Amino acid sequence: MLVKKRSTAAGGRHLSRSLSAAVGSVTGATVDRRAFLRTSGLAAGGAALAATMPFGMVKKADAASAAPAAAGAPVKQVKTICTHCSVGCTVVAEVQNGVWIGQEPGFDSPINLGAHCAKGASVREHAHGERRLRYPMKMVNGTWTRITWDQAIQEVGDKLLEIRQKSGPDAVFWLGSAKHSNEQAYLFRKFAAFWGTNNVDHQARICHSTTVAGVANVWGYGAMTNSYNDIQKSKAMFFIGSNAAEAHPVSMLHILKAKEQNNAPLIVADPRFTRTAAKADEYIRFRPGTDVGLIWGILWHILENGWEDKDYIAKRVYGFDDIRAEVAKWTPAEVERVTGVPGSQLRRVARTLASNRPGTLVWCMGGTQHHIGNNNTRAYCVLQLALGNVGVTGGGTNIFRGHDNVQGATDFGVTSDSLPGYYGLAEGAWKHWARVWGVSYDSLLARFTSKELMERTGIPVSRWYDGVLEAKENLDQPESLKAMVFWGHAPNSQVRLPEMKKAMEKLELLVVVDPYPTMTAVLSDRKDNFYLLPAATQFETYGSRTASNRSVQWGEKVVEPLFEAKTDHEIMHRFAKKFGFDQDLFKAIKVNGNEPLVEDITREWNRGMWSVGYTGQSPERMRLHMEHQATFDKTTLRAVGGPCDGEFFGMPWPCWGTPEMKHPGTANLYDTSLPVAEGGGAFRARFGVERNGVTLLAEGSYPEGSPIKDGYPEVTMAMLQKLGFDKELTAEELAVIQKIGGEKIGAVSWTTDLSGGIQRVAVKNGLNPPGNAKARCVAWNFPDPVPIHREPLYTPRRDLVASYPTYKDTKSWRLPTLYKSIQDRDVSKDYPIILTSGRLVEYEGGGDETRSNPWLAELQQDMFVELNPFDANNAGIKDGQMVWVEGAEKGRVKVKAMVTERVGRGVAFMPFHFGGWYQGQDLRGKYPKGADPIVLGEAANTATTYGYDSVTQMQETKTTLCRVTAAV
Amino acid sequence: MARMKFLCDAERCIECNACVTACKNENEVPWGVNRRRVVTINDGKPGERTISVACMHCSDAPCKAVCPVDCFYQTEQGVVLHNKDLCIGCGYCFYACPFGAPQYPQAGNFGTRGKMDKCTFCSGGPEEDMSDAEFRKYGRNRLAEGKLPLCAEMCSTKALLAGDADKVSDIYRERVVARGFGSGAWGWGTAYQTKNGQERDQLRERKQGQ
Repeated sequence: MLVKKRSTAAGGRHLSRSLSAAVGSVTGATVDRRAFLRTSGLAAGGAALAATMPFGMVKKADAASAAPAAAGAPVKQVKTICTHCSVGCTVVAEVQNGVWIGQEPGFDSPINLGAHCAKGASVREHAHGERRLRYPMKMVNGTWTRITWDQAIQEVGDKLLEIRQKSGPDAVFWLGSAKHSNEQAYLFRKFAAFWGTNNVDHQARICHSTTVAGVANVWGYGAMTNSYNDIQKSKAMFFIGSNAAEAHPVSMLHILKAKEQNNAPLIVADPRFTRTAAKADEYIRFRPGTDVGLIWGILWHILENGWEDKDYIAKRVYGFDDIRAEVAKWTPAEVERVTGVPGSQLRRVARTLASNRPGTLVWCMGGTQHHIGNNNTRAYCVLQLALGNVGVTGGGTNIFRGHDNVQGATDFGVTSDSLPGYYGLAEGAWKHWARVWGVSYDSLLARFTSKELMERTGIPVSRWYDGVLEAKENLDQPESLKAMVFWGHAPNSQVRLPEMKKAMEKLELLVVVDPYPTMTAVLSDRKDNFYLLPAATQFETYGSRTASNRSVQWGEKVVEPLFEAKTDHEIMHRFAKKFGFDQDLFKAIKVNGNEPLVEDITREWNRGMWSVGYTGQSPERMRLHMEHQATFDKTTLRAVGGPCDGEFFGMPWPCWGTPEMKHPGTANLYDTSLPVAEGGGAFRARFGVERNGVTLLAEGSYPEGSPIKDGYPEVTMAMLQKLGFDKELTAEELAVIQKIGGEKIGAVSWTTDLSGGIQRVAVKNGLNPPGNAKARCVAWNFPDPVPIHREPLYTPRRDLVASYPTYKDTKSWRLPTLYKSIQDRDVSKDYPIILTSGRLVEYEGGGDETRSNPWLAELQQDMFVELNPFDANNAGIKDGQMVWVEGAEKGRVKVKAMVTERVGRGVAFMPFHFGGWYQGQDLRGKYPKGADPIVLGEAANTATTYGYDSVTQMQETKTTLCRVTAAV
Repeated sequence: MARMKFLCDAERCIECNACVTACKNENEVPWGVNRRRVVTINDGKPGERTISVACMHCSDAPCKAVCPVDCFYQTEQGVVLHNKDLCIGCGYCFYACPFGAPQYPQAGNFGTRGKMDKCTFCSGGPEEDMSDAEFRKYGRNRLAEGKLPLCAEMCSTKALLAGDADKVSDIYRERVVARGFGSGAWGWGTAYQTKNGQERDQLRERKQGQ
């Protein structure tokens, strides 16, 4: 034996013993765990305090007074999922007496193999939760005052109903969260539907909305095509606008493996020399906001040399000739003029990508957060199509999503433009969900102001403050927004904070539902009608969450909600009850006390999410996967033996049919080398069958075992009838289909058949339910059908504006949206430096949770701006000095200068996780007592500016202009 | 008998700081004391590399050699531990250590800086294994639980390896073979062998002479 092994319980007992002892010694009485946690908050470990603590105090109290009962209590291991990024790392928690005492590596997880980043390795801080929002709070004359939950629901509910009465349901904005579980996200969207508005949205709008819309409009689904693990099979890796080493550190486990074992070249294109770039074989520095030019510049060399996969393009790609025409304009000289990258380098990159296939392409918010974000994402897809890299293992567009459940929350339609499952907002979509929910379509219609507003895309979260500030005659809804409910969202992750502050002050009601107060609590100068409601975290409840690779993982509850926090689904139930629609909302969902049963919510979405294949992942199957993680292959994700034999870990969607059908899930999308029943597929026939006489269906390409050796449209009842497969439907299935279809039974499709029969029979016979089409390079329904470059709204390159102008001002998503009028204003003289933003490994999102965690906060204590030595010296700025960064719309932040070559000349970078300062002012005193994060700092977005994607209203955070001056 | 060693693979370390927070988490290390740290060289430039550094548990530990109260001892597995009851906080070990491992909870000189604290390879101290007293002074004793240091077990890219030196070497050797090059097992030369045999012999003689 290498080490001594003891049969005693895990050593974690020490801590819990000491924890219980702490209570005894502080209060002189026996106190329960909850009381302890409250008490410990009094001695919150801030920097000044902890630094002077004698080292013997590594734990909370003297062990000599440990309670004997606690010492012997069994230690339970609970498996759940990390709540930070989208990799989906398994967290193994050790719990004793209801206290989270230890954290062990989840070695069995095929996704993280025990690994964590700084955030994942510190989630146990939860057990302390010293900076949490503890009780419902109400702002009374500018002071936070504790209230009860009943009072909170009563007062907030009354005010919301009053606003609804006076200004209509669309005057309230329900801002959901990528931190919700699938069940909560689904319930949240349903809740908004019953409230009667489409003004519901979440973070996906401001992180990957341009990916979802862009990619879905190329080949069907807007998600990561392969998986983190599948990158191990890549022969080349191209990262653009992704700093995986900081934003998705555990993904690097797989990436570095490919680099090591396949000798796969790692190419990183980014305006910053990131920590990911530090691991790269080739680093491309380019000007922010010129992604399309860069990609076309690479493709130019590929086409020039005939390196494209002609056979693949002929069989599986539509509209490639239009791409050729556009790419021809991007000669090496022009690419260098626009992007700053020399042609010789891009020729080398093109050759590397062409001679190392299959290769993967990864992008993140560096690509998406632009006013032409949808053009960027489609250009990336086209490059992969040209190389024949999509639908193959080791290839794909591996889009790393940001939050632990942003993929799930997007799939479940917490968006202002769709119901769950990307069904959209048309009448048919509402009818589908009305059937699933067991309510009449008319009763839903009655909840809305009008049918028109029911089917009209709502205001996106990126623009909610314009929905408040804009004159109501300019809006496509009867009234401007009067109430805002932040249900798990940090305001500092959004651009134009000075405008947001104004909007917050103008609202009639502002409500925060969150485990932390967030910067919302301190940004505005509101004095009343302002509430903070403490929500539980995912460690304090259970349910499923979808990782970036579409694997749906079930996390168990680690501890009970701390303090007076309540789970999000319970809070939704309480509000629904107050609003009087709880009976309808929870028709098929059991409610225990005030808490809806999570499994029942899962089963309900299982019955409705046909369009995405979220129907096979029952709670039982997901729990089985988590229990038998060790049986899954660490590269292919497929179980070998054991109870899940042949299934992919987490049943990545699409997982067709009912749970009983036991579809294994789809590890790699559009992979024709496998039968559909075993996880194969094809590009989705989503855009019709032909356009201008040219077929949109695949030609001579089909999933293994397909009965049709060619392309075909989406599967409908009529198609099954034509092929004679309809006879295989059971009587029960047929009855359901007949009931839905009525007279037009043939029109019932794979997405609307609630029996799952159509999917079952299709898959059994080798058909891909969404059809078998070509990917399209031309999105004719978009402002730019072929992706083209447009100069950023705030560009330092005025010489390029004439050749690459932005769009005309327009009205979209219920709001006026400006382009040309912004770009026409030349501010480049006063604001000469490009400002971009990004992540730090220690923090996540708005950072309220991570900046409240002492183990993380200690590692990043100051908000900073990265400046190139050239620019710093020209401005007389020294490393470590305080500076003002002023954005082109005059928002100013006071931060520390970090002089580094990490950024190029003329570019400044700020991380976006800080908050709690505003334009030089420390707002610590405005937080509820004891709930202020340990580290505060200026929010980068105080200095960012206007700019929204032409399709999705994604905010432009990655390219704006600023000036940096020394702060005296 | 196994010889416990750390190895940080600089080709894999991405400066994610998981090792740092895992250590804080497992041992409840307070703010300001860092048993493990990630060091970056050439920050923001081509050639940027990061290395996770803690006590390397040297074969011929200089801290042990200079300690005036002889509070250090080395376990049979090669782990360098110390006795906080004996430590006078003089700081000599800090000057001797080639890795900057020793930490002190307070500022000041000679005794006022408090008892030295450092990485224990997650194996506690002289107190009874897994006792409360041991946890209070030194943190968790994972080796006694049959586990390895949490920093390495949770490393995001498996850059940081800990355990039996033979196994650690095997894993690293496999990587070097796959890569076709080795960037060096950072710190090994300093921690686990002196520059050449002669020097080692001299050291040994010097020690025996004492």
